[in-house]
Amino acid sequence: MTEATYAYYPGCSGLGTSIEYDSSSRAVCRALFMKISDVPDWSCCGSTPAHTVDHVLSAALSARNLALVESMGLDTVVTPCPSCLTNLRTACHRMEDAAFSAEVNALLDTPFKGTVQAKSLLQALIEDVGLEMIAASTVKPLTGLKVAPYYGCIMNRPPELMRFDDHENPVAMDRILEAMGAEVVPFPLKVECCGASFGVPRKDVVAKLSGRLLETARELGADAMVTACPLCQMNLDLRQEQASRAVGTHFEMPVFYFTQLMGLAMGVAEAELGFDKICVSPARALSLIGSPASKPEGRKATSGGQA
Amino acid sequence: MDGVNLNASYDAGFVEQVQQESGQNMSLCYQCGNCTAGCPYTFVYDIPVSQIMRLVQAGQKRRVLECASLWLCATCESCTTRCPNEIDVARVMDVLRHMSRRQGFAARRPVKVFWDTFLESVRRHGRVFEAGLLASYVTKTGRVWTDMDLAPRILPKGKLKLKPHPIQGREEMEKIFKRFEARGGRS
Repeated sequence: MTEATYAYYPGCSGLGTSIEYDSSSRAVCRALFMKISDVPDWSCCGSTPAHTVDHVLSAALSARNLALVESMGLDTVVTPCPSCLTNLRTACHRMEDAAFSAEVNALLDTPFKGTVQAKSLLQALIEDVGLEMIAASTVKPLTGLKVAPYYGCIMNRPPELMRFDDHENPVAMDRILEAMGAEVVPFPLKVECCGASFGVPRKDVVAKLSGRLLETARELGADAMVTACPLCQMNLDLRQEQASRAVGTHFEMPVFYFTQLMGLAMGVAEAELGFDKICVSPARALSLIGSPASKPEGRKATSGGQA
Repeated sequence: MDGVNLNASYDAGFVEQVQQESGQNMSLCYQCGNCTAGCPYTFVYDIPVSQIMRLVQAGQKRRVLECASLWLCATCESCTTRCPNEIDVARVMDVLRHMSRRQGFAARRPVKVFWDTFLESVRRHGRVFEAGLLASYVTKTGRVWTDMDLAPRILPKGKLKLKPHPIQGREEMEKIFKRFEARGGRS
């Protein structure tokens, strides 16, 4: 029914608070000839709340979508969101157990047979498309922009489940951004949690943890942070003033999705990249692109070499 | 941590249940403290995660199921990833939350209320309706000032949709939750 190579699972935030991640992801896939097709009538994976209630319920919410991927005749689903990814992968893994699978399928109208694997979009880009093609597609290098790539806690953890990149020092985004001409700082808090979904019930927690990430990126002289997770981006960008107050400072750190910068480097129309959706203005950071890579005075020097 | 009389309060059934539901051998924990060292949430926990592991070994059911830490763990997987004995600590924390819910220890915790409200949104629409989730959370908790400071930042961006995105298969979703409840599951 489809010529797509991958089923695409946008995740709920892709319809709202991370709409620019979704639109830039689609644009990047198109520019790289990655064929994706939306999972028809996909539903929420249940995210963190579901697995805190029950593991069978959580797996069922993911498995409804995995069964839909099977109905598309595809064996791989990609998602830009690490939380969706964790749930989809966990469901696939746990349903290899026949007894658990039977319990999950008993909750569903259409059972999941277990023929699907889930990948993050980042993984598909680097492993299937490849750095070479990504570098070759660069028409407007990100030269002059100094970025701190931040992966968030669950993109690569736990390693035996995620099976992608390094779980303490992931480099997939670093490599992509470098291949497209950006200067990447060795960001030591790549996999530290930003406060996750506690923004609403416990904003003090998010302010403190995200504040530490922003402070470290600033100390390293980064012009911007780059994320691969809707929740991380929201905590660092939308809640940046809350984090500023918590740390007793004033941050002005733009926080991009990696797909936005990729799209920019590949010459994708800016309307699809949604830079106007970012709360902390990225204008200054974007204006640096194309300038010489060596830094003018007035910005702090980095403390170490390249990651 | 307060002192406990182990002889009086050891609950062997509790230890067994945690092991069975999590699939983890709790006796493998030798209190190296790696999970606590890497846990970003220790600063708000009432009991650090390594001590929760120890309390489970010691069968201290009530102390564990009542603690606030269970509702401040974000499942960031740092503990699981760094455990030298390959205990899936985050999964143990999940299972403890399940037990705490079932046994009614945590009904009014704001994080739990937020998570429950999230799932209600999923059950109703098939996908999370972010603005509705926030409104519903505020109604339930009476915390009317929740994130009011963010409104002028996010509203002009047009990202916070004011209508849900209901899916076709809403009845199917409702059935998932109903069947889950029928088999004894309870949120």
